[in-house]
This record gives sequence, C-alpha cells and structure tokens, in this order.
Amino acid sequence: MVENVKELLKLHEGIKREVYLDNENSSVVPREVLDTMLPYYNKMAYGNPTLTHKPGWEAFKAIMESSQKISKFLGANILEEINFTPGETEANNLALMGAAFANPNKGKKIVIDEIEPINVMNVTEMMKKYGYTTTKVPVNQEGLVDLEKLKEAVDKETVLVSISAVNNEIGTIQPLKEAVAIVKDKNPGALFHTDASDAYGRIQLNVQDLKVDMATISSYKILGPRGIGALYIKEGLNVEKIIEGQIGTQKLWPGIENTPLIVGFTKASEMAFNNFDANVSQMRAMRDELADGILSKMTDVKLNGPKGDKRSPDNANISFLRCEGEALTIELSLKGVYISSGSACSRRLLQPSHVLVAIGRRFSEAHGSILMKTTRYHTEEDIKYVLDVLPMSVERIRGIVGSTGVD
Amino acid sequence: MSRIPLPYNPKVLDLFRNPKNLGKMEDASVVAVAGNPACGDMVTFYLKITPQDIIEKASFESYGCAANIATSSIVTELVKGLSLEAAWKDITWKKVTEEVGGLPSIKFHCGVLAVGALKRAIRIYYEKKGTTPTWLPQEHTFEEKQALEEEELAKTLAKRLKVEEEKK
Repeated sequence: MVENVKELLKLHEGIKREVYLDNENSSVVPREVLDTMLPYYNKMAYGNPTLTHKPGWEAFKAIMESSQKISKFLGANILEEINFTPGETEANNLALMGAAFANPNKGKKIVIDEIEPINVMNVTEMMKKYGYTTTKVPVNQEGLVDLEKLKEAVDKETVLVSISAVNNEIGTIQPLKEAVAIVKDKNPGALFHTDASDAYGRIQLNVQDLKVDMATISSYKILGPRGIGALYIKEGLNVEKIIEGQIGTQKLWPGIENTPLIVGFTKASEMAFNNFDANVSQMRAMRDELADGILSKMTDVKLNGPKGDKRSPDNANISFLRCEGEALTIELSLKGVYISSGSACSRRLLQPSHVLVAIGRRFSEAHGSILMKTTRYHTEEDIKYVLDVLPMSVERIRGIVGSTGVD
Repeated sequence: MSRIPLPYNPKVLDLFRNPKNLGKMEDASVVAVAGNPACGDMVTFYLKITPQDIIEKASFESYGCAANIATSSIVTELVKGLSLEAAWKDITWKKVTEEVGGLPSIKFHCGVLAVGALKRAIRIYYEKKGTTPTWLPQEHTFEEKQALEEEELAKTLAKRLKVEEEKK
C-alpha cells in the first residue's frame, strides 16, 4: 500500500503550481506559527505545567496566557472558561457527553440540526446506548435551521441543544442568537452548545453576546497546528470529564498538556484576529473570485448553500452535474489543485454528504460536489490557476460519464 | 461516515487517466446499466456481438470513481474477442480486481459493479434473442446480486432521506 502511494506521488512530479483549497480537512500552517511553537519544544516551557520547577512554571504561564488570549477572542468572561482539548472532535464529544452526563436531572433529550458535523451526529447516535434520544431539526434549502421546528423540538426533557454557528460544508451562518433565545424561552434549563469551528476567525463571534453555554473551536481551521482545539464552557456550568487520567491545568481533559500546540493555536488566533477585517475581506474576495468564476464560466454547475451575508466568507461548495466528485479530486490533484468532495465514492458508507441531502440536493448533485475553502493567503494568481485547470478537468470527467445516469 | 485512505495503485491511476474503450457505442447489440450514484457508482456497458455470439467490441461510460473507471476499462479489454460463454465464465470481479493490480477493500464494489453490468448485458442479449443457452444460470451471479443490492440500497436511501429518486 505504501508503495502505491509512492507511485501516486511520483505522478505529481512536475506540477507547475499548487493551490490548497481543502482547508475543511486540514491546513497549511504559516511560518510565523511554527516559529512561535518551536522554542516550546526545546528552549522553554517544555516542562509539565503542574510541576514545581522552572520549565513547569514556564509551561503553566504559557498555557494561562493562551487561555487568556483565546477567551478574549471568543468574548468569554474569564480564562478558566477555556478548556483545551486535542481538537474539535474531542471538544464536541466533551460538550455533548460531558454536559449531558453531568446534568441527569435536566432530562435525556438532545436537539441538533440535521446538518451538524459528523462528530456531533455520531456522539448523539452513540448516546442512544445511555438512554438519550436525539431530535434533528430540519433546515431549509440554504441550510438555515427552521426556528419554528426548533421551538417545537425543545421541551422540558431537553438537556442540550447543539447547533453549529457556521455549517462546515456549505458555510451557512445560523441565526444563533435567535436560536438560543428560542431554546431558553422554551426551557431555561436546557443547555446550548455550538460548534463554532467554522465561525471562529471568519465571522463576528461573542459567546456572551450569543448567550451560548458551550462553544467548540479548532486550531487547524484557523491555520493553527492540528491536534488542538478548545471548548468554551460558561463559568459555573456543570460538565464532567469523559476520559480518565491525571488531571492537570485542563480540568476536563486529563493527560499532559501539549504546550507547543496550545501556543501555536493561540498564535494562529492572534494572526486571525489582529487583522480580522483585512483577513476576512481577503478570504472573501478570493472565495468570490473562485465561486463567481466557476458559476459564470462553467455550465451545469450549482452553488450549494446560501449566497451573500448568510454565507461564511471562505466557503465555496459547488456541484458539477454529470461529473463524479472523487474522480475530480484525483484529476485536480494531478494538476496541483487540492479539494475534497461530498460524493458517496469518497466516503466509506457509500452515501453522499448528509448536508447536501438535507438541503434537498439530488444524489447526482451531491455526487459531483466539491468543497473549497479560501484563506487570507490565497492570491489572485492561485484562483486564476484553479479557474484555468478546473474546466478541462471537469470536461474530462464528464467525457467518461457520457450519458450514464443523466436524466 | 468516515474517510479512509485510498492508496490506488499506479495501474488504476493509469487507466483512470487513459481509459480504454471509453464512450457510447452507436451500433451496440446490447446496452446494460448497473449501479446508482446514490451509492457511488453507475456504469453503462455497450457490447457489439457477432451472430456467432462472439464479443466483437465493448465500450463503457462510468459515472463513478477512479476504481470504477479502471475496472470498467479492464473489463472492456478482457472481453474483446471472447464468446459470451467464455466472458460469462471467465470474467469475475476477483479476476478484474487482480488485473488492475488490486483495489482498496472499500473499493471492491466498484469492480463488482463493472462485472455486474457485463453479466447483465449478456443476460439482456439472450432475453432479446429469446433463447437461453444451457450455460447461462437462472440464478443471478454474485456480481449481479451486488448490483441489485446497491440499486435497492439507493432506493431505500432515497426513501429514508426523502430524496427524489434518480431516474435511470
């Protein structure tokens, strides 16, 4: 198998330009972030932050300063509200299980929307074993949560509601403040969690203003290192840890703190927030050039998700009809353009993206969908290159499809 | 819905980039479709068959992934010049998977589908002709069953997810 991959990589030799647009699934870490992290491995703060020596105290200081900075970016009240976890998957698991298990008196019903990320879906599915039920609130064709249905779904038995601030696949920005108000009005005791991984660093986000109880954020989604994320938990809220071990500075996540990753996450956050408007406007300009270029120049294409202000500034999700997505990801890879697809072929369960299905896309539309996310580092030349190679790549795949499956 | 690595071997990639016998055949004796995009792949096979039941040529179109394109391409090459009986007996998904140098296990079904479409084409040919050779079993082969199963799964999915079902 490794030999196969070596051969595959060899086929990529001679690529003229590389444009990475698969920021949904992993990202390139900027030099400044790496430079910030490096000394924390061997020059300072390499100790365990709970121990009584200089490298330990240095680590303690670095972690507390990081919590302080991230709490400010999130609009949290105090630094103790920031709980580092190894990523957004772990933060979402902690939020859902940790809050539900710690509050058995609140009931056993969980309410989510039907386009939540897979990790939220899977946790709620698993929690059935412990007697929890899940209601999935529908979304409209733009992916916006049906607030009336949300109101209907929440009752006295509802312990927890989880709705992403921004959908990770189609970029829909949810009316979170309204959703929280509706939930709290119906049941003041119900807890509200949001996976804000795709909102952090891209849209205005203030946990106190939104009045959410918990919020997940992720490092790699803002060009920080992978393997680190955080869960904001409002002060005083009862959440229990979901894994056991030696507790350190992170009361809800046992094990030795990964100081360099925490510092890298913080540096990436600073870089995203210190020039927030300029960063967002660059990612938006590049996204618009990319999406508008495809939608105006190519035929049989369809934008998935909302347009304008309801959409995250980095997200472009487009379906190419009569084109299979996985084949297209390979074709484009060979030309140095890296994307991902919502095709059933690129997934294990042989089922297309649940998000695209939920917004009413037909299987054939999901079959040829690709997801691209721009960053502040993309340039006009990058986008021009993508727009140059994309049409011929799509046409070649369409040539293989011919009339098969076309209705 | 998890993702798994797909270390396609170079032969699959080569056939994906340069598929053989690609495209609609205007003078085909028989056409067969298998699969559904809901579950990943859909493939159309075209066979030109002589009066002596020999496959003169074969071509395909694939609304599928690289593995489906590669296996379909291999099938069209393997069957050329074979009698329908030989094609029926010799071409199995195992053989096709071996011929492309192996597939990641999650992609086995792509090869199965390619062979399912071939067997379906042979069956349709004899149905149209109104004869059943003694070697052609009534019962569906493994590959045909798999194709049917995937199509059924697509229907179930469509019903469960309330998606308008794809037309053939």
